[in-house]
Amino acid sequence: MESKENPRLLLAQDLVVALENNDETKADEILDQISGMRESMLFQEVGRLTRQLHDTMNSFALDSKMVELTSKDIPDAKERLHYVIAMTEQAANQTMAVIESLTPISQELSDQANELSNKWDRFLAKDMPFEEFKNMSQEITMHFAQTKEGVESVQTGLTDILMAQSFQDITGQIIRRVIDLVQEMEHSMVELVRISGGKMKTEAVVIAEPELPGPVVPGVDDKANDVATSQDDVDDLLSSLGF
Amino acid sequence: MKILVVDDFSTMRRIVRNLLRDLGFTNTFEADDGKTALPMLQGGSYDFLVTDWNMPGMTGIDLLKAVRADPKLVNLPVLMVTAEAKREQIILAAQTGVNGYVIKPFTAATLREKIEKIFERIDNA
Repeated sequence: MESKENPRLLLAQDLVVALENNDETKADEILDQISGMRESMLFQEVGRLTRQLHDTMNSFALDSKMVELTSKDIPDAKERLHYVIAMTEQAANQTMAVIESLTPISQELSDQANELSNKWDRFLAKDMPFEEFKNMSQEITMHFAQTKEGVESVQTGLTDILMAQSFQDITGQIIRRVIDLVQEMEHSMVELVRISGGKMKTEAVVIAEPELPGPVVPGVDDKANDVATSQDDVDDLLSSLGF
Repeated sequence: MKILVVDDFSTMRRIVRNLLRDLGFTNTFEADDGKTALPMLQGGSYDFLVTDWNMPGMTGIDLLKAVRADPKLVNLPVLMVTAEAKREQIILAAQTGVNGYVIKPFTAATLREKIEKIFERIDNA
């Protein structure tokens, strides 16, 4: 495909002629010209690559969605997920603490009931001396008192266990928000792949706060000081409104 | 006393119904969003509504608006139990006519206190 118009071929042919004629000056001049052409092609290529790099960097910087995602939403999501860990851990510990405190009570009452039941059977079989019967009466009185106290503890504990389960709702809401973010990221990554594939798009998309922000994650959602961080806050606000 | 508990998370509905049972309210029913709750309220003589805010379909605030717009339900006591804690949201709920507002996570004592307060006010009115 070497055409007559190829400037390098023409120069090369001239170079051969010059060398055959022992025209050193002419030959040097042609060599300079050839290497000059080579350099300018290299410069052009470097220039093209630089511009491409620059444009790509710009498209990164201009895409506010990416900036928003990396600078705010991902750290945000990390904080939210840490909070989920903390809440689930708290719920697990709360539940186990109740179980650990109630198990001995339940064991003790069960032992007492078994022992008294055996004695009671012997009493019914008229197989119990009067002295022992007096002791058993006292034991039964004590057992009733302990049962009453123990069952109260069990009921309190059961309510505590019940309340500990509220983590499921709270963490569920938080995880849903993170899932939304992951979807948003997936979308942005696809965009990025598309951009790096050659087509440029620098339309800025701002991720809006969700309409219902949901559970307040400490350190993430309470920075603007526009949320109630406790039930007392809510009560104060409502009473200021005449509630 | 017939009570409707509305929340999209079944665990939370269970917790609230259990707490209500501890308080002596056993006639409780549940719905998972406003859309399901509204016809229940319109169809059956409920005395009290406990609702979450953020639910798919129809949110708690929209349910509250619908309740206050319905002549038959306009005086129904409504307690909101929600994770929504922005001041503007609490104010909006108050302006829409909520009778009590509890933020999640809450304690059994808080729920008891707010419910008692609501009925106290109704009895005194």
